[in-house]
Amino acid sequence: MNPRRLWAIMVKELRQLRRDRVTLTMILAMPIMQLVLFGYAINLNLRHLPAAVADQAQTAGSRAAIQDMLASGVIELRATVQSPQQLTDLLRQGRISVGIAVPTDFERRKLDGREAIQVMVDGSDNVVQAAAAQLAQYPLDPPDDFHARAEQPVSVVGFYNPQRRSPVNIVPGLVGVILTMTMVLFTAVAIVRETERGNMELLITTPVSRTELMLGKVLPYAAIGLLQTSLVLLLGVWLFQVPIRGHLGDVYIAASLLILANLSLGLLISTRAKSQFQAMQMTFFVFLPSILLSGFMFPYDGMPRPAQWLSELLPLTHFMRLVRGIMLRGATLGDLWPDGMALLAFIAVMLTLAIRLFHKRLD
Amino acid sequence: MTESAIHACGLTKRFGALVAVNAVNLDVPRACVYGFLGPNGSGKSTTIRMLCGLLTPSGGEIEVLGLRMPQQAEQLKRRIGYMTQKFSLFDDLSVRQNLEFLATVQGLTRQQEKGRVDDLLRRYRLDDRQDQLAGTLSGGQKQRLALAGAIVHAPELLFLDEPTSAVDPESRRDFWEKLFELADEGTTILVSTHYMDEAERCHRLAILDNGNLVADGTPSELTATLAGRTFLVRSASPRHAKATLASLSDVLSVAQIGNELRVLMRESGASAEALRACLGQAGTSGEVEGTPPNLEDVFVVATRAHGARAEQPA
Repeated sequence: MNPRRLWAIMVKELRQLRRDRVTLTMILAMPIMQLVLFGYAINLNLRHLPAAVADQAQTAGSRAAIQDMLASGVIELRATVQSPQQLTDLLRQGRISVGIAVPTDFERRKLDGREAIQVMVDGSDNVVQAAAAQLAQYPLDPPDDFHARAEQPVSVVGFYNPQRRSPVNIVPGLVGVILTMTMVLFTAVAIVRETERGNMELLITTPVSRTELMLGKVLPYAAIGLLQTSLVLLLGVWLFQVPIRGHLGDVYIAASLLILANLSLGLLISTRAKSQFQAMQMTFFVFLPSILLSGFMFPYDGMPRPAQWLSELLPLTHFMRLVRGIMLRGATLGDLWPDGMALLAFIAVMLTLAIRLFHKRLD
Repeated sequence: MTESAIHACGLTKRFGALVAVNAVNLDVPRACVYGFLGPNGSGKSTTIRMLCGLLTPSGGEIEVLGLRMPQQAEQLKRRIGYMTQKFSLFDDLSVRQNLEFLATVQGLTRQQEKGRVDDLLRRYRLDDRQDQLAGTLSGGQKQRLALAGAIVHAPELLFLDEPTSAVDPESRRDFWEKLFELADEGTTILVSTHYMDEAERCHRLAILDNGNLVADGTPSELTATLAGRTFLVRSASPRHAKATLASLSDVLSVAQIGNELRVLMRESGASAEALRACLGQAGTSGEVEGTPPNLEDVFVVATRAHGARAEQPA
């Protein structure tokens, strides 16, 4: 490998990139846009669900129970109605997400140990249903009541994100999602574009080696990936007060591993794709499972076995564990070495395949 | 060294069932401009790509500059230049950046690079456009830039794949001047074209048709084989005369050029008398006179003869 030739390819790539407004915008705007979208709009921890109450008992006990529920902040009272029938009407019309019905025989049922209050939930949204389920956990009586004690034998304490703020959970993962989205696509397209425009036919008649060509195309994008990482981290800390409890250096090492994994995957795609459009399709083929199976949106432990196996193959899964561990739990790379090794193995396999499949020939 | 620059024997390329190049034998002497003449799809590009190691031949032997292909392709790449059919420099880099990039990639040192790029910019009249993006150049300028890019490392052998297909006649003439300049300096040039006038300028040429090499030699050798077989016919009604003459079995082709007809005849029955008689019978008068054969005639004969041979076994 000749360092001067490698340098020449990298400089060429950066010069071309400087003139490519669309890609440049994508590099900078995509992290900012996603961060703001995921950080502000997507909030899995719902509060202020619109609710209505139909208290047919009207006793001191029933009023206290309803006050307890409202005090949780999960629901917000929008209407007080007379019958459970009116509650279901409101639910159907979409004006409330939660209806609380207290029957006339509330006190009697409580004594008997039967369900004394019915919470009706708009089940068309799973997240709402889960949030409303918390309501059922509220004790109906002062703590000396034995029913309440029996119903609440376990208390749940949230570590690392006690206020349950979504951005804390989402921002570290978002670094990985953005890197997966951009890095795979950029490299895949960068090489295929060269083939499409005919530049490749010229390049492969020169003494440039496969390794020089591949590294020269990939390394500028690695730098861009680190830039994006910094941007997301900076905004995450500044806008959402996301903590970085572990070493910042470890975060960057983990990010570099993911960047290299994605770039080598992009290279592999570029050796197979015939057009930029095909490269884009193949990228989405990887991107969708990455979003769904990596643990970014849905917890790994909740997935069926086969999905978990697939998930282990995705670089984003391992990065997700690394970055959440380092940033939120203050873990070190040493604590999380299996995921680091998994990423290294992924890079080695993909890069070898890509260099093998790339021929300096046209057939 | 007196050995030839390119020597190929039985060169064949198949793409699935399609035979793109069929058992071609080639011998290209050094420091000459060697032309590949043939219509689109005749296998010119495929042959050039095999010769510079971009495609693996399905059969046959190739030796280029004393190196066996495709085994020694990497060694060869330092010594050849290749100008692709489509403009393949970077549209989004400036003229100078393109040349600098190619110079570095071709292994020129930093000191050599500066001098060489300046020299090429001057020589190919691009110095006033050196900071312009390559994609915004005109056809002729792009072509000069592509040629400069292909010879930035002063290769011994230069492959040009239909270099003039997208430029005006003025630029074409200019371009050929540059090629002869390079040949004078000792560069061997292999150029493919489908223009007869360009083929006529080559020192030697090979005619390709449907993947077969159907004729080769110097342009004058090739035309000499047709001496006495080409005639000019002047007639008051050329369309009618053309139809009449084309029906004669000894006539291979009739082409209308303005008000004249150019007639090419079979070797066995070539005579001005036969043509006059035919015109007389059809009631059209016409003057018939002999004319020297040109490469187009050679091309027609070569491709016809081969077509006939290929059809016989079927």
